[in-house]
Amino acid sequence: MNSRTTVERTSERELVATRTFDGPARIVFEAWTKPELIMRWWAPKSFGISFLSCETDARTGGAYRFVFGHAASEQPMAFFGRYIEVTPPSRLVWTNEEDEDGAVTTVTFQENGGKTLVVVHDLYPSKEALDGAIASGSTGGWPEQFEQLDDLLVAQGC
Amino acid sequence: MVQYITARLDASFAALSDATRRGVLEQLGRADASITDLADKFHMTLTGMKKHVGVLEQAGLVTTQKVGRVRTCRLGLRPLEEEAAWIEQRRQLWAARFDALDQVVDDMKRREKVDE
Repeated sequence: MNSRTTVERTSERELVATRTFDGPARIVFEAWTKPELIMRWWAPKSFGISFLSCETDARTGGAYRFVFGHAASEQPMAFFGRYIEVTPPSRLVWTNEEDEDGAVTTVTFQENGGKTLVVVHDLYPSKEALDGAIASGSTGGWPEQFEQLDDLLVAQGC
Repeated sequence: MVQYITARLDASFAALSDATRRGVLEQLGRADASITDLADKFHMTLTGMKKHVGVLEQAGLVTTQKVGRVRTCRLGLRPLEEEAAWIEQRRQLWAARFDALDQVVDDMKRREKVDE
């Protein structure tokens, strides 16, 4: 299939995932920024993960917060950070602040002939940070960040 | 993914259920050692020690490397293998996400056509 997903460690601090989508960048970009659309694909059911909430303020400097439940854990996990750059429909950069060794994620959307190549680039703060993520990686790529139900969830009555 | 973790835990606990093997881990925590060193230290035959080290290796608790005629044992997975396994997990995660995203993109395209 031409839509194959690749993931590669491209340097001591970098990890890159790519995939081509059959649609214009404008549409793919929207699916990466609107909560109701993100919730349809970001947490794969086959991994036993489900969304509890998803908030994005997709503007430069805006915050995002994703909260997931996992079949194997009673406690939800929260992923959060800030958007450093939001340039529709070509570029999205955000921080991952649930972990002090969290990467900065840059996603680029390159349209060509109605298809869009998406490149997800994670830049870790140091070689040790990426090595550490690998060493503790038995959660299948999810940071081991299990958080207590927080105010957000309580406020939403989840 | 969960099966993978469970299988690994089973292997780890099985490996740790034996006093000699726990002793070997403790020893390797202090310094790397050859199988011969370990056999001497635990008053065992080479064959017996090889078996114990094999169980620890299967469980991913010990790695061994043969240099010349000496097989050296140390704690932990071979880093490259660990990294390859982790990257494969990441790939599976992204592949699962992207399969779902394909569907979302399709739906959005179809909706746009209807709206036109």
